[in-house]
Amino acid sequence: MTLTNLHEQLGVYLVLAAFLFATGVYGLVRRRTLIGMLIAGELIFAAASLNLMALNRFVAPDPAVGQIFVLFIMGLAAAEVAIALSIVIAVYRNYRSVNAKDLSDLNG
Amino acid sequence: MTGFPGSEAIVAGIFLVAVATTVAGALIAALTTRIIRSVCGLALCCVGLAGLYYFLHSPFLALMEILIYVGAVCVTIVFAIMLAEPEESAAQEKRGTVWLGSAVGLVLGGAIFWGLARLGLAGPWSVPATRVTDGSVPALGVALLTTYSMAFELISLVLLVAILGALVIARTGRTQP
Repeated sequence: MTLTNLHEQLGVYLVLAAFLFATGVYGLVRRRTLIGMLIAGELIFAAASLNLMALNRFVAPDPAVGQIFVLFIMGLAAAEVAIALSIVIAVYRNYRSVNAKDLSDLNG
Repeated sequence: MTGFPGSEAIVAGIFLVAVATTVAGALIAALTTRIIRSVCGLALCCVGLAGLYYFLHSPFLALMEILIYVGAVCVTIVFAIMLAEPEESAAQEKRGTVWLGSAVGLVLGGAIFWGLARLGLAGPWSVPATRVTDGSVPALGVALLTTYSMAFELISLVLLVAILGALVIARTGRTQP
């Protein structure tokens, strides 16, 4: 493992993807608003995409498959963000807040 | 690639810049208190990821990452922030809950990072003997229109339904003029 061919090593990408995933989980636990949780979820999506791309580049026999998979992940993430944000807007209209703590109508 | 003096060092430097951008963006997205800075961190992280995708021999996905995430997802989140004003006020919460939340998040994140990094570094990854395609943009297009044509059509349907659903959900409860 030398410094000059760091971009040709699988481990670097996998460790980076693990870091992104851990950051996303930390944000998901820590954030108190719905939009903050959504941003942390996007970090987790990014970690999964990076992991797939790294394994696709170094291990897979057909390098087109992983790229198409990540392309579909991006499309689904865009759809998910659109739906989730419209739900956030609807929640804000009804509760005047997007704090996760305030959404406790069913709390007995 | 050969012949230019110091080209390897330049490539390594650009790779390190991409890695640093990704890490810094992820940290900003997860740690700042103001939510608008968090979105900017997400955009920065996605720019760094696009650079990493370029190093992973897929320039098409690097462009798509910038186009979809920075151009569409982050801008949509900024619109939602302007509409919903999700400011996290630290004074509302008791200090004990804050510390407990941070500790749980740190332990969880640290355990996940340690386990995944260990698995990724230890695993015996076998390099394939032959590559079926070269993974270039023409190969990507051929695979999208032959093997994955059904999924390609289905995701357009999913996006259409998502747009209509977002419109329907966001419209309800709106006062009529």
